[in-house]
Amino acid sequence: MGVIQAEKPKAGETGPSSLYAAHRKVYPKDVKGSVRRTKWAVLILLLGLYYVVPWIRWDRGPGAPDQAVIVDMAHARLYFGPFEIWPQEVYFLTGALILGAVGLFAVTSLYGRIWCGFTCPQTVWTDLFLWIERKIEGDRNARMRLDQAPMSATKAGRKAAKHAAWLLIAMATGGAWIMYFADAPAVTRQILTGQASLEVYFFFGLFTATTYLLAGFAREQVCTYMCPWPRFQGAMLDENSMVVTYRGWRGEPRGKAKAEGCGDCVDCAACVHVCPTGIDIRDGQQLECIGCGLCVDACDDVMAKLGREKGLIAFETLKNLAASEAAAARFQPGPARLSAGMAARRPQRILRPRTYVYAVALAAVVTVMLGAWLMRDTLTLSVLRDRAPIYVTLSDGGIRNGYTLKVANKLREEGRFALTLAGPAGLQLTVQDAEADAQGRPVLATRPDGITQWRVLVTAPPALRLPESVPVTFRLLDDRGRTAASHGSVFLGPRP
Amino acid sequence: MPTKIEKDEISGQMTTGHEWDGLKELNTPLPKWWLYILYATIAFSAVWVVLYPSAPFWEGTTGWTARGALAPQMQAEQARMAPMMARLRDATPEQIAADPELRAFAVAGGRAAFANACAGCHGAGGQGAPGGFPSLADDDWIYGGSFDAIQHTIRHGVRANESDEQRGIQMPAFVQTGMLTRAQAEDTAEFVLGLTGRSTDAAAAQRGEALYAENCASCHGDRGEGNRDMGAPRLNDRIWLYGGDKASVVRSISLSRAGVMPAWQGRLDPATINMLTVYVHALGGGE
Repeated sequence: MGVIQAEKPKAGETGPSSLYAAHRKVYPKDVKGSVRRTKWAVLILLLGLYYVVPWIRWDRGPGAPDQAVIVDMAHARLYFGPFEIWPQEVYFLTGALILGAVGLFAVTSLYGRIWCGFTCPQTVWTDLFLWIERKIEGDRNARMRLDQAPMSATKAGRKAAKHAAWLLIAMATGGAWIMYFADAPAVTRQILTGQASLEVYFFFGLFTATTYLLAGFAREQVCTYMCPWPRFQGAMLDENSMVVTYRGWRGEPRGKAKAEGCGDCVDCAACVHVCPTGIDIRDGQQLECIGCGLCVDACDDVMAKLGREKGLIAFETLKNLAASEAAAARFQPGPARLSAGMAARRPQRILRPRTYVYAVALAAVVTVMLGAWLMRDTLTLSVLRDRAPIYVTLSDGGIRNGYTLKVANKLREEGRFALTLAGPAGLQLTVQDAEADAQGRPVLATRPDGITQWRVLVTAPPALRLPESVPVTFRLLDDRGRTAASHGSVFLGPRP
Repeated sequence: MPTKIEKDEISGQMTTGHEWDGLKELNTPLPKWWLYILYATIAFSAVWVVLYPSAPFWEGTTGWTARGALAPQMQAEQARMAPMMARLRDATPEQIAADPELRAFAVAGGRAAFANACAGCHGAGGQGAPGGFPSLADDDWIYGGSFDAIQHTIRHGVRANESDEQRGIQMPAFVQTGMLTRAQAEDTAEFVLGLTGRSTDAAAAQRGEALYAENCASCHGDRGEGNRDMGAPRLNDRIWLYGGDKASVVRSISLSRAGVMPAWQGRLDPATINMLTVYVHALGGGE
């Protein structure tokens, strides 16, 4: 391999031999355009959802939280509007997470890293913090000057104002997080009056600190060094995915606007200045690129001013990029090259094996979850057979088995069910501390929104000869005699 | 052996100067703040090692122990349960069993207390064990299966000489003390087996009938129906504390049997004894 002499390190780098890189602060420049407008709209929508949702009320009757979305840790319930999930139904949460993951894969294979560039909390809060920084310290050049300037009253004042604003947002963020786990109005009052629990203040402080540090200081370092997603999202991308690309076939060779024989790129570095991760998109696909598309806006702006066609940097598939490049190769820079390159583009291929697989996986998860939800019982019966002793010999020679019945009633009213036993004729059913109905069957009263436990004894009289193990089924009948819940078990005795 | 640090042609990155069989390692520098976090964690661990019992024979400067940390939690838990325990102490077992909330708490607490104090002899589920440890899950109660009877037995124990109100009297060892001969004991056993229709020697059973009436009936009843006041088990049922075969019965008559259980009053608090009573009563359905 050819050896090239070591390059002089860029400003801020610690030299070619250092294994550690000093942090180079990125000063993203303000930009206007359609991508930026989309990002603001997404930001307002997502932050609005995050801060507002805990305040939405939802009447569930007495004894239940009246907040639409809340994780009630103390009572082990998760409420999401009309849905209520018990701890034993955590698979609904798992399903939602799988749905989110497969959805993310599908979207990435189609449109690249739009999760990273538009909706990731790290991006959204960083955008918000940058907006504040810009309002207080000015745009890119002003900020760079301010940072290099010696400390003065103006500088200190601006920095203090910025950090105060950041901290306020961070506290609102940390506070809103708590509200997903506690009643929003009550916990807000408690936090403000100093009466909240230590736990609440801990998480409030934790999420305030992480928001402040991650959105204020760590920023692109989170994406570049900490986040695992950029490392494996390459596996979801292929040549048919929309990614932010520089159309080098059109832009190269770079040169001044009036220079002869040059491409459309005037090397103004507008794309570099607006980049929130501080990279040059013209170097091609890079790990650091979060696909936010702000360089698209920046370049379009410059192209419009020069009277050239927009789209030198664009959301484009790598397949089209290659096709354009091949078609444009024969031409010298100029309008003929541009139209030949653009004519070679084809519509994005949405349907391909990869997207079929994701679509099928999404459909399967949705079907399973929907089915599970529709078949979700509001009453479940479970039967635990006594294991010690396996069976009891009675004084008359009869055999008795003990069972513990647990009835989970997920409704908000008390239920009353007659208990029956299906099995060999002659087995006698006794429920301790239960009353009997008109037909002499034990009646189990189940408490609302909770689990009621019963001890049930099943006796085989001495005359009844049974094999060592016989299946039995416990059934709960409602007042119309229909089976509301059932559970199978066995009745064990000595070997005959 | 480090080689020259150079720029890689393809990636444009610098190498670290490490080379293995022609493969050169690219230098992708770690951000310095990341390195500083590593140093911070090392500094943190040094402080931790000093403060806490982190090495053998080093107790730390804070005096922290796992047991010491548990104590306030236990106290808090006991304080939390105190109102319930007060209710359980003041209620009778009947009242506890009639109140679903109290009953649920008593059964759960009784299960824990049972595992601690009773399961060693009576088994984890109260199933008993051969050799004189009665099952508490069946319908045979040597001293009675009512709440009061169960509680009395728990409080005062059986033949442990720890309480004036203890259960059980001593059965004589008939052969050992010469009250019966070996042959007479066998005849008596034959009669006893006959009470449950299992005698195989009608003549011996007939001989044993008079012996039974003279020596056994005063405690075990004329037809083997037992006597709870004396703790004499029923002999006309299918449950045998020491085995129901002839050899076992002969051995019982010859050498006598006497189970022993400690008196729990004073060892367990009244609320726990109430919980145990309700739990044991629920095991086999009580009386």
